[in-house]
Amino acid sequence: MSDYKDYLTRQVMLGKMNRREFLGRAAAFGIAASTANTLFAVSAAAQEPKRGGHLKLGLEGAAATDSKDPAKALSQFLFVVIRNWGDLLVETHPTTGAAVPALAESWEPSADAATWTFTIRKGVKFHDGKELTVEDVVKTLQRHTDDKSESGALGVMKSIKEIKADGGKLVLTLTEGNADLPLLLSDYHLVIQPNGGMDNPDAMIGTGPYKVASFEPGVRATFERNQDDWRTDRGYVDTVELIAMNDATARIAALSSGQVHFINRVDPKTVSLLKRAPTVEILNTSGRGHYVFIMHCNTAPFDNNDLRMALKLSMDRETMVQRILGGYGKIGNDFPINDTYALFPEGIEQRVYDPDKAAFHYKKSGHSGPVLLRTSDVAFPGAVDAAVLYQESAKKAGIEIEVKREPGDGYWTNVWNAQPFCTSYWGGRPTQDQMYSTAYLSNADWNDTRFQREDFDKLLLQARSELDEAKRKDMYRTLAMMVRDEGGVILPMFNDFVNASTKQVKGYVHDIGNDMSNGYVATRVWLDA
Amino acid sequence: MESGPISGPVLTDGVAGETHPRSADLSGVPAKPNPAAATGEIGGSFWRRFVFRRPLVALILQRLGLSVGLLFAVSLMIFGGIEALPGDFATTYLGQSATPQAVENIRKDLGLDRPWSERYLTWLGGAVKGDFGTSWASKNSVSEQIGKRLGNSLFLAFFAALISVPLAVGLGMLAVQFRNRLPDKIINVISLAAISLPEFFIGYLLIMVFAVQYGVATFPATVYDSMTLTERLSAIALPVATLVLVVLAHMMRMTRAAILNVMSSAYVETAELKGLGTFRIIARHAAPNAVAPVINVIALNLAYLVVGVVVVEVVFVYPGMGQYMVDAVTVRDMPVVQACGLIFAAFYIFLNMAADILAILANPRLRHPR
Repeated sequence: MSDYKDYLTRQVMLGKMNRREFLGRAAAFGIAASTANTLFAVSAAAQEPKRGGHLKLGLEGAAATDSKDPAKALSQFLFVVIRNWGDLLVETHPTTGAAVPALAESWEPSADAATWTFTIRKGVKFHDGKELTVEDVVKTLQRHTDDKSESGALGVMKSIKEIKADGGKLVLTLTEGNADLPLLLSDYHLVIQPNGGMDNPDAMIGTGPYKVASFEPGVRATFERNQDDWRTDRGYVDTVELIAMNDATARIAALSSGQVHFINRVDPKTVSLLKRAPTVEILNTSGRGHYVFIMHCNTAPFDNNDLRMALKLSMDRETMVQRILGGYGKIGNDFPINDTYALFPEGIEQRVYDPDKAAFHYKKSGHSGPVLLRTSDVAFPGAVDAAVLYQESAKKAGIEIEVKREPGDGYWTNVWNAQPFCTSYWGGRPTQDQMYSTAYLSNADWNDTRFQREDFDKLLLQARSELDEAKRKDMYRTLAMMVRDEGGVILPMFNDFVNASTKQVKGYVHDIGNDMSNGYVATRVWLDA
Repeated sequence: MESGPISGPVLTDGVAGETHPRSADLSGVPAKPNPAAATGEIGGSFWRRFVFRRPLVALILQRLGLSVGLLFAVSLMIFGGIEALPGDFATTYLGQSATPQAVENIRKDLGLDRPWSERYLTWLGGAVKGDFGTSWASKNSVSEQIGKRLGNSLFLAFFAALISVPLAVGLGMLAVQFRNRLPDKIINVISLAAISLPEFFIGYLLIMVFAVQYGVATFPATVYDSMTLTERLSAIALPVATLVLVVLAHMMRMTRAAILNVMSSAYVETAELKGLGTFRIIARHAAPNAVAPVINVIALNLAYLVVGVVVVEVVFVYPGMGQYMVDAVTVRDMPVVQACGLIFAAFYIFLNMAADILAILANPRLRHPR
């Protein structure tokens, strides 16, 4: 056992294992957490951040049509751009996902969790030299919530009834209690701008670690270090350059020739080849995003729970993770939550591929004839292959699935959330509540499985304002079971975020929040010459 | 052997074809355009007189008029095409994260709730005055954005043409001189191989060899404002090489075929009997008569270099017009798509017109229609 401990220690020292992985594996072997803490302290000390240098990132997801306004940001490229120049009120912890103070120093809920008071940090300066005030915060939040808003955060902001400044503090009043409100404010669109960006939403002026030096939509963005940054534990490199590279092969070529230090969206199909390059390191992080096959619970033939169950049981999850994700992912259990979420309900039995049981439920459902599944490459990478794999595994259970390939153009308008059975994906949400409220609440805009259950809705609202964690966790278990056993979602896999960097790049933080170290990659890493 | 130099598949407009029957020329039919003039009514309208006296200028004027009409048609077709695509700007721009309210806000903001004819006319009103509006997605001025992107595209196309056109014509003449011998065969095989490979594959091969393995070339080929000319030139080396390989074979083979065609005519035989050297015969006697089809192929390839290189742009991460237009089509950013489409169409029309005019200038029989 001590050998194993040594091995784990080495992995930590080499930076090949993050704290979470280490704790998980070490616990399995009875190594005390305190040992682990010491180990990590040693490892961290061995990697003292170095300042300086020019960091180049080659990123997918930029377009000439990109907007400078953070409210309208959608792509991966803009995500990193915004993270570089702006700050949020609240950030999330990289490994636990808990709310961490940022521009809000602290916060306090009322007893019913319906009124929240935030203390705003003092002495923070915007890039233009102006000092951050609570008014800027109020205006920012108002800009994202008003009726004319085109903000991507409009959905999460809907529950806020009133935004006001009170004695230098920010007071938010909600339509109903929400224990997770601080996490909602960690939505990446909600960066605090001078006067809320009301005067000039496109100014790209914030309080972040880098000032924008140039921005050419769809081509390139460059940044210089903000000398007046209010934090010292970020922004290690002097200058950052983001280059738009929408072609996967171009990104890989640029990385392996050393022209860029970091790339995102490494194709799982080529990861094993890229791994062989001696200068390259693959950075994969478990995430909350998941690939789904969604059925409308209120549309024939999917209104029959036996048919839904048969289709869930005929999904070969292990094969999906291996073939579609190249092993860079985890199997799913037909509810949209995994262990990266706070209050994850442990111990729910894993659903496995079981053609016999599937055949039993299929027979019981009384359905006959082929089931039409619509798919497209835009649903998720490899969606068409996944549909064909599924067709094969379902055949063994006697279920005939007809795969129809739809054009990628207009897929999100005409197929997803419109047709009764199709492939799709979901990015994660900061909280369980938000995930369920976005896609499983009866009246949610994006209830893409038409899952409508009053008891579910009621329990979800109850859990939202429950401040007792044990009780809350129990409620989330019940909610998960409802979706797993009666919902319309077949969830075979959670995909890892797969990025890659050169070995020069140090200090990469595996953040469960989102891809590319939750977008903070440029602010967190340093270059080792 | 009158028909020698002007035969071939590339002449589509029939301008040069008018000269086929000598007798028709003598009857006073002008180079083109109006068959009614054949009635001998030369003193009719002003336009007819003008056509008779200045056939070339008349032709250019007529072509320009037609071009404007074509551009209108193109703009209408692009507009209709975008309308026919599933989803409008609001839904495609917001994608999966669209909420009904956000979609409604954007539609109202851009006036997408108005009928299409009204929107088209509004756009046309602006475009005629040279105002292409602002991009719906980025709110940037379309003219300004296009100015930059078009500059990049032309920069790339210019250098690709600068290398490929002389190279293709030179190799074509060389192939004729050594026809059916080893140099001819080598030139043919290599250029055919290059044209058979898809352009993105050539691009990847060049990247793999010159950027990844030997590290001698600059990659990615992203160009931006603060770059010096030398940096720019080094950045575009690989894309230019790719484009040269792609367009070379077409032009080279047309040069070879056209010259070979002329080479079999009597006056070339005469030149040979006079004792002239082979290359001199090709360059001074055969080539000028073979120039019309070659010019046409060159024009088509130049047009391709400007409007058709989106794949190369993507592979090399080059910020040109093609990528700009594709981005805009993806989100149905109408003002940008329209402006790009019009510019592309204008280029095509202009280059084809230039090719026709040059073909006429190159052929004295077309210049003086009698």
